[in-house]
Amino acid sequence: MQVAIHVLTVILAPLLLRGVINKTKAWFAGRVGPPLLQPYYDVIRLLQKDSVISTTTTWIFRAGPAVSLAAVLLAAMLLPFGRETAPASFAGDVFLFVYLLALGRFFLALAALDTGSAFEGMGATRELSFAVLAEPALFFGFLVTARLSHSLSLSQMLGESFDQHWQTGGASLVLVLVSWFIVLLAENSRIPFDDPNTHLELTMIHEVMVLDHSGPALGMILYGAAVKLFLFCALIVQLLLPFDTGYALLNWLCFLGGTAVLAVFIGTIESTMARLRMTEVPRLLITACVLSAFGIILLPR
Amino acid sequence: MNLLAASIAMVAISGLPGALLSKNGKAGQWLATLLCTAGSLCGLMAVGSWFARGVELELRMPWPLVPQADFHVGLDGLSALFLAPIYLISLLGSIYGLSYWRQADHPDNGRKLGLFYGLCAAGMALLVVARNSVVFLLGWETMAVSAFFMVAAEDDQPPVAEAGWLYLASAHAAVIVLFGLFATLWALTGSFDWPAPGSLSPAAANVVFLLALVGFGFKAGIMPLHFWLPSAHANAPSHVSALMSGVLIKMGVYGLVRTFSFLPSPPLWWGGLLMALGVASGIIGLAFAIGQTDFKRLLAYSSIENVGIICIGVGLALLGRSVDRSDWVALGMGGALWHVCNHALFKSLLFYSAGSVLHAVETREINELGGLARRMPWTAFCFLAGAAAVCGLPPLNGFVSEFAIYVGLFGTLGIPEGSGLRLPGASLAAPGLALIGALAVACYATAYGGIFLGSPRSARGEHAHEPPPTMLAPMLLLVACCLFVGLAPSCVAPAIDRAVSCWAAAAPERASLQSELAPLAQQLPLGWLSATGLALAGLLAVGGAALGLRMKPGRVAASSTWGCGYAAPNARMQYGASSFSEILVGLFRWALRPHSRRPAIVDLFPQAAAFESRVDDSVLERLIMPAMRWLGSRVLLLRVLQQGNVRVYLFYIFAALLLLLVWPH
Repeated sequence: MQVAIHVLTVILAPLLLRGVINKTKAWFAGRVGPPLLQPYYDVIRLLQKDSVISTTTTWIFRAGPAVSLAAVLLAAMLLPFGRETAPASFAGDVFLFVYLLALGRFFLALAALDTGSAFEGMGATRELSFAVLAEPALFFGFLVTARLSHSLSLSQMLGESFDQHWQTGGASLVLVLVSWFIVLLAENSRIPFDDPNTHLELTMIHEVMVLDHSGPALGMILYGAAVKLFLFCALIVQLLLPFDTGYALLNWLCFLGGTAVLAVFIGTIESTMARLRMTEVPRLLITACVLSAFGIILLPR
Repeated sequence: MNLLAASIAMVAISGLPGALLSKNGKAGQWLATLLCTAGSLCGLMAVGSWFARGVELELRMPWPLVPQADFHVGLDGLSALFLAPIYLISLLGSIYGLSYWRQADHPDNGRKLGLFYGLCAAGMALLVVARNSVVFLLGWETMAVSAFFMVAAEDDQPPVAEAGWLYLASAHAAVIVLFGLFATLWALTGSFDWPAPGSLSPAAANVVFLLALVGFGFKAGIMPLHFWLPSAHANAPSHVSALMSGVLIKMGVYGLVRTFSFLPSPPLWWGGLLMALGVASGIIGLAFAIGQTDFKRLLAYSSIENVGIICIGVGLALLGRSVDRSDWVALGMGGALWHVCNHALFKSLLFYSAGSVLHAVETREINELGGLARRMPWTAFCFLAGAAAVCGLPPLNGFVSEFAIYVGLFGTLGIPEGSGLRLPGASLAAPGLALIGALAVACYATAYGGIFLGSPRSARGEHAHEPPPTMLAPMLLLVACCLFVGLAPSCVAPAIDRAVSCWAAAAPERASLQSELAPLAQQLPLGWLSATGLALAGLLAVGGAALGLRMKPGRVAASSTWGCGYAAPNARMQYGASSFSEILVGLFRWALRPHSRRPAIVDLFPQAAAFESRVDDSVLERLIMPAMRWLGSRVLLLRVLQQGNVRVYLFYIFAALLLLLVWPH
């Protein structure tokens, strides 16, 4: 039952999150904006379309979207949602989680390079280079939660009885929260790192990597990106909303509400901030690393 | 033991018949390969049957050659674990060499290569079974000197000769330190045999530790003693590079691990220093790798990174002995030794694939390649498997060993009471390892993209072709090994456990350490790793099938790559190796000191301009070479002694004898 709800959440919720962000941005801009379910319509339509494939490409171009989606979906099975244990949970699943995301990134970058386009190469190298700085920030945070929970399984690190950790290691957790939020924005190519709606290929990161994908492959990439965004949102909501209401249903609603509020917050940031210059990006990411490293120093002995 | 001795002898003489035969005939090389294959198979059987039976073997017999030492060899868990990759890789390499370095194509150096290939492999096998320092040094020198002749196989080319001399000089610098190490041990224990556990005083142990770190660190390529490694690995023939990178530099690791096993109660700083060196080697090694445009140099720098990962594990195990934590020992040493084996598999795979590319296009410059995946699909697949494994991506073997080290590092968060450790400093290596992982992904994605993807950047790639089956078969076998270890780690874990418990058994400070070691299968969720690996494969199969159905030939239109509105894109406009690395090389500018020449804009109308950027080895260039030049200029002063006159030399001899006569004893 829990597993079924978990799987259904992974299938249904991520695209809705995108819809919420877009709706928020439209509201800030004074537009009506696309319907909340527009990302679903997009993906379903893309899956039904034929595709156009560049003659330069090989099987790697086709494998990229499939591998990255499979990796992200498997990673989603490791992360607890709300107060429930994840479907797959074992000591050390946190490392598998990070490395599965890396696997997805690796193949998506290879698919981009397979087209031989200078722009897509540019996007791939940016995505990979910025991930180099984002990954240690993520790990410093995991060190903090592992130390507080005495566990190496995401379900214990972020799941049950997390509220006690706020009493013992609150200061560290605040730093980790800020750091992970920066990582969320960077890994998912949101403003201020990248503008998902920009029209200039020269300034893009993620979007330019997938310029040549079309039809079902593009649908898979969009869906995979939405799941990844959802996972990072879930990480932060798990940190931020550690309450156990005692009712399973209420816990789920609490979790889903939390991700929705986070999506509104991301939309607000996107509407009120400009994107950074490309050369400033590493500095912000190093800040994120240092913040979560401070989190370790502030841990209670 | 007999089988093992026979295998070492067979591998050692494998090149000898060929060396006596004609330089244009095929027979010599076939004979060498046959002997090497038979010898290696014997060796693998010996190791396999040892693991099945598991009785420690020892052989000691008097040795007329050296009066003070016996010929003393033995086989225990640690030796057996290092022997397996030695035999496997020398076997595959000699088969690969049949087509890669055909005697008919290389009449001048083919016989030399065959002779020293066998000697090098036999030297390595001898040194891991050695039980005293004389036999060890015999094997070590055989290995080091034969490797020189293999690196310098094409010594008529200046860069190859230079790489060879650099290798020889640093190999002997290492040997001098090792002589110091073994002389110290001899002075302390009065015997050439490995010292009995606990026979060394802590103060002497510090000296031994430092000597071992420098001497073996040279061979392992720990930063900053790595400077010989990139040019040697890049200029050697590829199957030799695979042997050197996959196995030979691990002999340095073996030396370190073996020496640590008989040093008493390691202080905290040993483990700390080793971990710090490991993290630094990993990060800086990869940063150098990213800056390279020569793909074999890139692979060589990545070996430095992997040795760094191994050092992190060994450091963790030493810390575990210092503060009496058997789980750190098991996970740190287990992860390190497992990574030794895994690295032998995937780095050899990568060097073989790189050799196939080199065989087909005859250049090592990434900026002249591209689009080879269309012409060499099998090689491209093998390289991709190796790249994913070296990045530690699941479900391949690299992930398993890094996983063990991660679990061990996170284990240091729970600090034992009163151990003297204040901060969980060791756990900070975990984000370091994460940084290494992310850098590896960036490095290999761009290298793979540069070589195999996109469209060819020059005419060289247009005639590329798949290698012959004798080269392809070893590569595919290694891919299968990588997948097997990644998907079924519980099959390999018992062998690693044996080696770890052998290492801990010798640890003198506490006899119970060995009995407290829990097997890796209990400390790591190996079943889950297999299950998630299979789940990933299943998801991929389903996703791939769905995508395949959706992208049936009838539903796909072919077109050219979207050029973003530019009408005439060409292959030279693709992102090249230097453009890929620009951001990361910029981040590590302080360590890499890249050379770049940018065109200055002076006029309103731009002139023809050239841009150049290059990452050389900054340690060699800025530290070692100036120091050596200074030393060279000082040593010149001694030339006044060299008169070239026989009478003067006779006088020197007379003076020396006189001095010895009057010297008070």
